[in-house]
Amino acid sequence: MTDRRSMDVVVVGAGPAGLAAAASAAARGRRVLVIDQGLRAGGQVWRHRDEATLPLRARTLMARARDAGATFAAEARVVDAHSPQELIVDFRGRFAVVGTEAIILATGAKERFLPFPGWTLPGVVGVGGLQAFLKSGLRLPGRRVVLAGTGPLLLPVAAALATAGAEVVLVAEQVGSLTLAGFGARLLLSPHKLLEGFRYRAAFLSSPYRTSSWVTRADGDGQLRTVTVNEGGRLRTIECDWLGASMGLVPNTELAQLLGCATAGDTIKVDGLQQTSVPNVWAAGECTGVKGADAGVAEGEIAGRAAAGDVRGATAAMLVRARDAGRRFGRRLESTFAPRPEVLVLADHHTIICRCEDVRRGVIDPSWTQRQAKLWTRVGMGVCQGAVCGPACSALFGWESNAVRPPLQAAVTGSWGEVLRRDR
Amino acid sequence: MSDSDTIIVVDDVPRRVPAGATLAAALLQVGVTAFRRDLQGRARGPLCGVGTCFECRVTLDGVTEVRACLVSVRAGMRVETGS
Repeated sequence: MTDRRSMDVVVVGAGPAGLAAAASAAARGRRVLVIDQGLRAGGQVWRHRDEATLPLRARTLMARARDAGATFAAEARVVDAHSPQELIVDFRGRFAVVGTEAIILATGAKERFLPFPGWTLPGVVGVGGLQAFLKSGLRLPGRRVVLAGTGPLLLPVAAALATAGAEVVLVAEQVGSLTLAGFGARLLLSPHKLLEGFRYRAAFLSSPYRTSSWVTRADGDGQLRTVTVNEGGRLRTIECDWLGASMGLVPNTELAQLLGCATAGDTIKVDGLQQTSVPNVWAAGECTGVKGADAGVAEGEIAGRAAAGDVRGATAAMLVRARDAGRRFGRRLESTFAPRPEVLVLADHHTIICRCEDVRRGVIDPSWTQRQAKLWTRVGMGVCQGAVCGPACSALFGWESNAVRPPLQAAVTGSWGEVLRRDR
Repeated sequence: MSDSDTIIVVDDVPRRVPAGATLAAALLQVGVTAFRRDLQGRARGPLCGVGTCFECRVTLDGVTEVRACLVSVRAGMRVETGS
């Protein structure tokens, strides 16, 4: 059975930006549906099992969206679109066509994984991935953890691990101390961010935080046992139970691309009202460029107001200031924490690049186009649809981001086919 | 809410897991780290934790290719790993 329902505004993603967008559009009388893949609202930043554990800001925003009448669909995802006005949505395995006047994309960002020998071993997860498992019920007291990555994300994750009783053996930041100091100095202008950083650092004070450091390989027999780290030029092998490793975040633009929205580099292109290149499609938060939850809320607020026709409200000085400050911060993040050349050449001949199709580095010729590589090796053609190896191949080989085609997120073919038969 | 436990069946063995956890977190908690096998039979476990990478897929109550990071544990659910 295929249902049909009709909305004024569909918000995709229930993180900070999506919640703000939903709250502001619903407060302006629009019928709003929020679709999110997770079990609960909050996105990754506010991932939780018990809402009472969330910061006040998060709870307030969730209450605002609820009280304004926004409907929230958990465990739901957009798998295809006939047009920006007609989305095919998988609601817990039940497929429906959702008609809508406007869409606000708040699809967030994902971790960038750069392959190194041993990265496919169980026990090797993302930096944010490890935090997600922790927030989802994994208990880590006494477990030895190495964190390796780049940028501000390392700090809250290390703090959360230490607070949960894990032994954080090492936090490795790939950029150098001077670069990091320069970034920190600029933060003197936004002292709350700096203060937050110090607070996190205080929570894992007994663990070393090393700059100019990155993981060169992971080893183990079917399970992670050791990682080897380049610590400012010296190699050291460390025993550990878990490795959280990634190299920053990349915006999720798959749905935007499916809808035909223009992108700029990794990001969805938006104007001053957060509108994309496609009429009636807005975008807010990390999917328009990684910049953190504060600016995400401002962007969501702007997008929600604009999508509800309140252009005056959408250009309120306070919101625009917060958004612009966020964009500047995002540009500094991107230039400061770009992956260093050394981490782009860690994969050896045998290292798997595409985890879905088991495609090894050795069979890929970087001089190929992405299309040639797909045809000849199936790189990026597995079940994750290049979500993991796409950003890796962009960083390693300079390929354009993965071409997008439906169904997004590998829908169950039977039920999807039913929707197509009925509606096309 | 994380203090209470619930029982699920993993590869025919009953396991006590944290109630309210995602299935992926629950499996990791009881020491199951190999969720599936790659084309050459080597163990693979979850990577991203948020539904992007598909490395945590398992068979859940007979349904194949379920991402364990996107579902909550329920008492009595039957999970098969290693396919």
